[in-house]
Amino acid sequence: MLEMIVASSIKVIIVMLAVLTGCAYATYMERKVVAFMQHRIGPSYAGPYGLLQPIADAIKMAFKEDVVPDKVERITYALAPIASFVPSLLVFAVVPFSADFTLVGRQVTGVISDLNIGILFVFAITSLGVYGIVLAGWSSGSKYSLMGGIRSSAQMISYEISYGLSIVGVILIANTLSLRQLVEQQDTILHWYIWKQPLGFLLYLTCAIAETNRLPFDLPEAESELVGGYHTEYSSFRFAMFFIGEYANMIAVSCVGTTLFFGGWQGPFLPAGLSVIWFVIKVFCFMFFYIWLRATFPRFRYDQLMNFGWKVLFPLAVVNLLVTGLIVLW
Amino acid sequence: MEAVQPNVGFVFGLFAAIIITSALLVVTLKNIFHCALALIVCLTGVAGIFVLLHAEFLAAVQVLIYVGAVSVLIIFSVMLTSNLASRRIVQTNQNALVAGFAALIFGAGALLLLKLHDIWPKAGSALPDDNVMTIGKLLMTDYMLPFEVVSVLMLAAMIGAIVLARGERS
Amino acid sequence: MVYYLALAALLFAIGLFGVMTRRNAIGILMSLELMFNAANINFVAFNQYLGGNGMAGQLFALFVVVVAAAEATVGLAIVLLIYRNWRGVDADNVSIMKW
Repeated sequence: MLEMIVASSIKVIIVMLAVLTGCAYATYMERKVVAFMQHRIGPSYAGPYGLLQPIADAIKMAFKEDVVPDKVERITYALAPIASFVPSLLVFAVVPFSADFTLVGRQVTGVISDLNIGILFVFAITSLGVYGIVLAGWSSGSKYSLMGGIRSSAQMISYEISYGLSIVGVILIANTLSLRQLVEQQDTILHWYIWKQPLGFLLYLTCAIAETNRLPFDLPEAESELVGGYHTEYSSFRFAMFFIGEYANMIAVSCVGTTLFFGGWQGPFLPAGLSVIWFVIKVFCFMFFYIWLRATFPRFRYDQLMNFGWKVLFPLAVVNLLVTGLIVLW
Repeated sequence: MEAVQPNVGFVFGLFAAIIITSALLVVTLKNIFHCALALIVCLTGVAGIFVLLHAEFLAAVQVLIYVGAVSVLIIFSVMLTSNLASRRIVQTNQNALVAGFAALIFGAGALLLLKLHDIWPKAGSALPDDNVMTIGKLLMTDYMLPFEVVSVLMLAAMIGAIVLARGERS
Repeated sequence: MVYYLALAALLFAIGLFGVMTRRNAIGILMSLELMFNAANINFVAFNQYLGGNGMAGQLFALFVVVVAAAEATVGLAIVLLIYRNWRGVDADNVSIMKW
């Protein structure tokens, strides 16, 4: 019992550190990649190739003055960044990062907690993410924030349905809800679920982008019309929490997508203890795709976004589910 | 199913405290938006209770549907209906005293009954390990009819809500 | 088990109080959700302690959740309509059908 607690705690700490560092360097990667695509250089002053830029940013954020506007509701205003930050980190509790391996004579599982309802847990937690934005929008007492908050909650409810449905196809085929068993079933590249669920994967990808409020679906924080959206009134460390939360969300949906469709940590050549490397590579590809999209697409208009979600994605998800069900039944 | 963990009582107490406190906040707070937030906390606490009762699937459903969907809907309608200025409106009506009395009687009566008739078993029964699969099978076999009826109900609710909220066509 | 039942009873009582005292229609709906949840705790507790190996209790709780979701949808649509027609969501004012 004690040993289990210690092992879990160590895993939690490692994962947290990895995710937070990943978030920091995701911002760096985003800036570099976008700069490259636009024939710029990107951050280059702090450290070699600007590699210390995220750290400099973090220090800057932490030491800025924490401005609390006059008309805010104090408690909810303070709660909002936490409510957006925590759920994005909770998802990582069930993501299997690597195969089971033996370390100094002990069996180590590659996941913090292998729930038998893993996927449901992920979706339940993801659905909590909207509260941070709603709270921020409401408590700031500013019309830009409120508009951003309302837009965001409408968007997230709308896309969550398709998001959930896009996964059900995989669950039907796999006959399990445990993320670890899902990975174990995709042992070779031909068994990856993306081949069996191409439409499901496309739907997942689209909805995931909308869920994380990334371009081209980043209406809640559309700079050109809403100043900063729901976090207009936030500064300093509170703003940093929103920021980290957004990137942690990106990494989280990338991890879940990797697990569901690309075989998670499965890959050739590497021993079980190092299989996490495959996982990281796959997640990295996902992240690159995100940034690529951002550099390529213009933003949707709000009514286009809603129409797209309800009239295109949702029917497609239902059709995908029906067809998969029929095939499985056969 | 493993034996009852020694600290399950403590965890239960924690969740119970959260639930009761937030439920009281839901019915007493002045600001309806804060009530909705307290409701979210309360519903999450109930999900925790479900986990304690070995109903993991139900706990996930609770968070997914109640916390993730119904509460968002409630918050949404709060945002749409109450303008920001209406924060100090009195939220309770004249029935408060009578209602409090009635609720008190109900609560006390129920507790008293529970205390008088101590017929409840102390230990739980072993449930099937695979929560989700059992529920799914039951839904498709023994409880097929209720399942279908609920589906129709959902459809009716959906259409009804759309028709109601759409308003006059201009 | 008696603790679970006591918790559910208290929650139900609180919900009852809320339903009777709230002016705001949304507040009434929220109190209703509390009562639904009290019932659900009871269902699940009964399932765990008295249900043998069956899952019927959890199943019914599931149905309750679904029905509650449907109820919330329609209820909130009605609230929106009331707001549009009466410029407020005070349930006591909506007594046009009263003789």
